[in-house]
Amino acid sequence: MERKKILLSGLLLGFLGVILVRFGNPANMGICVACFIRDIAGGLGLHRVETVQYLRPEISGFILGAFLIALFSGEFRARGGSSPLLRFLIAMAVMIGALTFLGCPLRMVLRLAAGDLNALVGLVGFVFGIFIGVQFLKKGFSLGRSQRLHTANGFAMPLLALVVLILVVAAPVFIFFSESGPAAARAPLLISLAAGLIVGIAVQRTRLCQVGCFRDLILIKDPHLLYGTIGIFVAALVMNLVFGYFKLGFAEQPVAHTDGLWNFIGLAVVGLGATLLGGCPLRQLVLSGEGDTDAAMSVLGLLAGAAFAHNFGLAASPAGVSSAGKIGVLIAAAFLLVVGFAFSRSDFNVKRKGGITHEQSV
Amino acid sequence: MSKAYKLDVRGLSCPEPVIRVKKALETNKGGLTVLADSFVAAENIRRLVGTLGYQCKTDTNADDEFVLTITKEV
Repeated sequence: MERKKILLSGLLLGFLGVILVRFGNPANMGICVACFIRDIAGGLGLHRVETVQYLRPEISGFILGAFLIALFSGEFRARGGSSPLLRFLIAMAVMIGALTFLGCPLRMVLRLAAGDLNALVGLVGFVFGIFIGVQFLKKGFSLGRSQRLHTANGFAMPLLALVVLILVVAAPVFIFFSESGPAAARAPLLISLAAGLIVGIAVQRTRLCQVGCFRDLILIKDPHLLYGTIGIFVAALVMNLVFGYFKLGFAEQPVAHTDGLWNFIGLAVVGLGATLLGGCPLRQLVLSGEGDTDAAMSVLGLLAGAAFAHNFGLAASPAGVSSAGKIGVLIAAAFLLVVGFAFSRSDFNVKRKGGITHEQSV
Repeated sequence: MSKAYKLDVRGLSCPEPVIRVKKALETNKGGLTVLADSFVAAENIRRLVGTLGYQCKTDTNADDEFVLTITKEV
């Protein structure tokens, strides 16, 4: 039963991922959490790359869909306090990795289902990154426990999502809209929003996660979440064949580059970082809608990472990865390894000077 | 048998609750009681112990937390 549910929600995601392309989203990018958050960073003017600026309604839909269904099902819980700053920084690194590959793990599956073999190289890197993350988990890696918080904390992220949605509808002058490039390709707003809400609801209910899928296979040999990923792949493959989008090969794939080494490294960084966070970027958005403010910090980290990547020329393009991008993603990888080692031990002893010393208190 | 071992996995991110339960079952083969505070953790623990041949009973305590009683199938 549970298996059927997750397979169905995967099929739904794969279907929507191609339908959104049919309605106007960029090719092989019906849904991409990394690309869409990058577009939102552009739409807000946090970076000024003119081709990637649009407040994608899908992202607001993911958060609000998860929020509404969590309220409805009684699963909404405001919580937080599990290394929020570190989660922000890890998510920045994840975004730098994703923009090296040009896509989040979900887009990786959608690209594969359209015949883009560069995504296959990315997949190998992704699984490699998760494998490294699992080694840290086995050694006891933990970002610490979250605590219950005042319920209003949990409303903050859904409200921010709503504000972004209002801004894209109202389109005030300070909001940017690309006139060319990937972010100029967009499905009608209501369709994007509806698809986003449906995905948010489905992922909240079924816990579908691209990182959890391979992590659980490696760690506890549990294939449960794998059915979700298979569902996405199969539905997207069928839809791509139906619409004639399927094209097998490495060269001239839409919004992709052919530099295998950096596709591998980019998604290895995503795999490792997202394993440390406890879930893939889509899952972080959904958790942030359920009241998890630590996941909300991750979402803000992804946003900051996207702005950072474009402001410093780290993000790849169909032309390939810049030297700045190569250095950036290696720094991101090194940072994640340091975090992995640091949080695999219980704590560090730092000499502390107390307000009252032992001598004084005697 | 001694008093059932209690494990607290509240507030831990995926997949830490599952790892800790799995590890605890290695030394407490007869079963244990787990305190969890998220639906996802409770579901994942139930699925894990099912594959390991244990039974799991879920109760809710006064603080809306899950008390999972894991026992060996007979």
